[in-house]
Amino acid sequence: MTRSCNGPTTAGVPAGACTGCAGSQPPVHAAQPLPSRREFLCVAAGCAAAATTAGCTDLTHTGWFRERFRDLGADEKAGILADLAKEHSERFHKPVTVGAEPPLPGVEFGYALDISRCIGCRRCVYACVEENNQSRDPQVHWIRVLEMEKDKGIDFAHANAYYDAEKVPRPGHFYLPVQCQQCQNPPCVKSCPVGATWQEPDGIIVVDYDWCIGCRCCMSACPYGARHFNFAEPEIPAEQMNPKTHYLGNRPRMKGVVEKCTFCIQRVRNGRYPACVEVCPVGARKFGNLRDPNSEIRYILEHKRVFVLKTELNTRPRFFYFYGV
Amino acid sequence: MGTIRHFIHFALGSLRIVTRGNLLYWLWVGLLLVLIAAGGVAYSRQLGEGLITTNMRDQVSWAFYIGNFTFLVGVAAAAVLLVIPAYVYHWKPIKEVVILGELLAIASIVMCGLFVLVDVGHPERLWHLIPGLGLLNVPSSLLAWDVIVLNGYLVLNFVIVTYLLFSLYRGRTPAKAFFLPLVLFSIPAAIAIHTVTAFLYNGMPARPFWNASILAPRFLASAFCSGPAVLLILMQLLRRFTRFEIDDRAIWKVAELMAYAMFVNLFLLGAEVFKDVYSNTEHLIHMRYMFVGIGEHKAIVPYMWLSVFCSFVAFLLFLVPATRRNTITLNVGCVLIWLGVYLEKGMGLVIPGLTPDTLGEIYEYFPSQVELWVAAGIFSVGFLVFTLMVKVATPIMLGEFALDRRPGQPAPVAH
Amino acid sequence: MRIALLLLPLMGLVSAACDESHVQVHWSHFTQEPGAQTQPEESRIEVPPPPFTEGVFPCTDCHDPEIPTNTKRRPMKTAHTEFTLKHDEEHRWCLDCHDTKDRDKLHLASGEVIEFTESYRLCGQCHGDKYRDWRAGVHGRRSGQWNGHKTYLLCVHCHNSHAPAFQPLKPEPVPVRPTERKP
Repeated sequence: MTRSCNGPTTAGVPAGACTGCAGSQPPVHAAQPLPSRREFLCVAAGCAAAATTAGCTDLTHTGWFRERFRDLGADEKAGILADLAKEHSERFHKPVTVGAEPPLPGVEFGYALDISRCIGCRRCVYACVEENNQSRDPQVHWIRVLEMEKDKGIDFAHANAYYDAEKVPRPGHFYLPVQCQQCQNPPCVKSCPVGATWQEPDGIIVVDYDWCIGCRCCMSACPYGARHFNFAEPEIPAEQMNPKTHYLGNRPRMKGVVEKCTFCIQRVRNGRYPACVEVCPVGARKFGNLRDPNSEIRYILEHKRVFVLKTELNTRPRFFYFYGV
Repeated sequence: MGTIRHFIHFALGSLRIVTRGNLLYWLWVGLLLVLIAAGGVAYSRQLGEGLITTNMRDQVSWAFYIGNFTFLVGVAAAAVLLVIPAYVYHWKPIKEVVILGELLAIASIVMCGLFVLVDVGHPERLWHLIPGLGLLNVPSSLLAWDVIVLNGYLVLNFVIVTYLLFSLYRGRTPAKAFFLPLVLFSIPAAIAIHTVTAFLYNGMPARPFWNASILAPRFLASAFCSGPAVLLILMQLLRRFTRFEIDDRAIWKVAELMAYAMFVNLFLLGAEVFKDVYSNTEHLIHMRYMFVGIGEHKAIVPYMWLSVFCSFVAFLLFLVPATRRNTITLNVGCVLIWLGVYLEKGMGLVIPGLTPDTLGEIYEYFPSQVELWVAAGIFSVGFLVFTLMVKVATPIMLGEFALDRRPGQPAPVAH
Repeated sequence: MRIALLLLPLMGLVSAACDESHVQVHWSHFTQEPGAQTQPEESRIEVPPPPFTEGVFPCTDCHDPEIPTNTKRRPMKTAHTEFTLKHDEEHRWCLDCHDTKDRDKLHLASGEVIEFTESYRLCGQCHGDKYRDWRAGVHGRRSGQWNGHKTYLLCVHCHNSHAPAFQPLKPEPVPVRPTERKP
């Protein structure tokens, strides 16, 4: 499968990883020799016989007739990205880029969180909201920080996400932030009836917001409460909107679709750390390439004692918890 | 060509039948239309503002709509399963039982489809489910399988019932070689729709309350109670208001079978309660939420006990020959069964399965006004579909609406 | 002491060999592929400037190198009264870390004089395990690129060297409960 990415947002992607990239040129809608599914739909919907006319192409980009993003050709993808960038730039009154950086070869992302250090300050929660353009109202949080009682250990039945404290950590408590565990064996992907969510080669599980029908099967299937539904039209203040977006990540969503943590796909595929890693004041959050023996994450796996949540479900998370002390 | 002309006559005649009726008929149809309109208003609000108008949230992401869907899959399945005793016990009006059962199945599946439609965030994208145009994620997604079996079942029942009624209308004996295999096939298909629906929940290890292998058998057992309960009431109504003949013994036999099914249902419930309570693991929490509540969170507890009470009393009423043969206690039993299973499937399956959520949070769900009105609208659509179909089917079965009657001559409609 | 020093490289060898086998045995399913790999850390680590209190550095602005230092352990009365040492204060005091002769530098237990930008070596003398993890990027915060250039923070960016226990923070707002949001 050819993957495309758009020009302005490919910084950090090694040259050559981005073949077939449309670059910063205007989108090209080349006529295809065989009618595609999309064109068939166009015709079926009563479009003019010339299914590649601009009107119909517009419909297919952000509209109802579009195919699933990962099945599209490179120039169709580029066209959609350009259209989305234009749409969001107008809506938020600033230049917004919508990228689709492909996975880096030889990379499989892993995350580790030091629960002996986390103090439950929730900096990660709000950094994530700002980076990933989550809805402020209704509030959507991709990270849930659970306060647990030290004498009960990791016991969800006694966990509390709504702790209200003057200062943290509170005596007698420890904290367990939970977000998408990017499972190697993801039950959410399995359950989706339309294949709107899938695992990328670098391990990130993504959602095509334009393909999701909003049935919420994945939310029932997820053992970590990591998937969130837009119960109303997401509200993002224009001045707080992060304009650097990825199609499969932090681009603004619409109501009625499911979203989730992507390890900040728009950052990590450009070599940056996820926002939650950078913001953590105690350095409890670690991130890197599982296939790189010199990475921080491999150091943790090899030198620390790690565990994953709900091992018995065989989801095999790429998100590890460890005791740093 | 004759067939097509006959079919047009059949369709026009059917239209005539459903547009004529007595005051009671029109009051009933009018009530349903009003409820449908109210449901439509509620749904348009939901479409505009989003599912925030429901009381579903991330913590309880499936609820009343999907509970109703599950219950109605059971009704659809069990209605057809009545064919088995009809064959086994050689009831006289076997065709009629088959037809009524399949009509109920059709109406139920229509409601199932509508409940899924109102539950999704993007109903306009449902074409993504159509293989070829969209992408149906088989074999891995059980919801995808459910889409296949439910649509297949709808088509199957529609074909059977249309064929039977049209044959009767034309005064021909339905070709057994054609419809019997279909009827027989509809039996495993009925089991399949409810099993796949059970597997939809069952296949989610994230939700220990559902991840019990007893779930599919329980679904079938409870469906065997709720589906026939509707038909029993319907058969009595038809017997009363039309020349439709149905032997008391057939009704008693169905009631007796329902008693056994309810016994199995209660037994399986008891087996689940035992396993959870005796082993007393962290998974007990869902059962606790259901029957005693957790702390101040006990919104569904009274409904769950009401469900058990209804089911148990109905079981006794149908078990004792004297009470299942008494019209009043029989019908009380039917209503109790319906209520018992409705509460069990509609609220007692989905909501405790998701409460507390996977990270232990308790969000106490109770349907919102919008959800209740939308559901009322959908049930009204189902009842209306069923009413209209029965209105057409009854005179055909009684031989009052047939091809040999002169066109223009008003069909002698019962009522 | 000498024995311990002799043993250190040996232990390093043992642990390296052990790591090798761990890679083989446990992590074989993360197949190693060329590219996208970081290089092992260089010995000198890039850090941002130390977080001095405004106006205290260089120390020689006040501490005239010409005046001999009073090396007698005593409580501070005239200067540096703004903090109390809460860092193994029973056993240590200023001149265990701050160099007596070169007032703008620190010194290690060995007597080696080091810059403030290398203070991690000083901390690492006692906190060897933290130092090891910090060098690996596992203790503390790093910024930069996961697959490229990284900047470390010094120990003292997060821990006050004179009272290093991490201070409690005010948490960000409590999330909105699902019951609080109505249409």
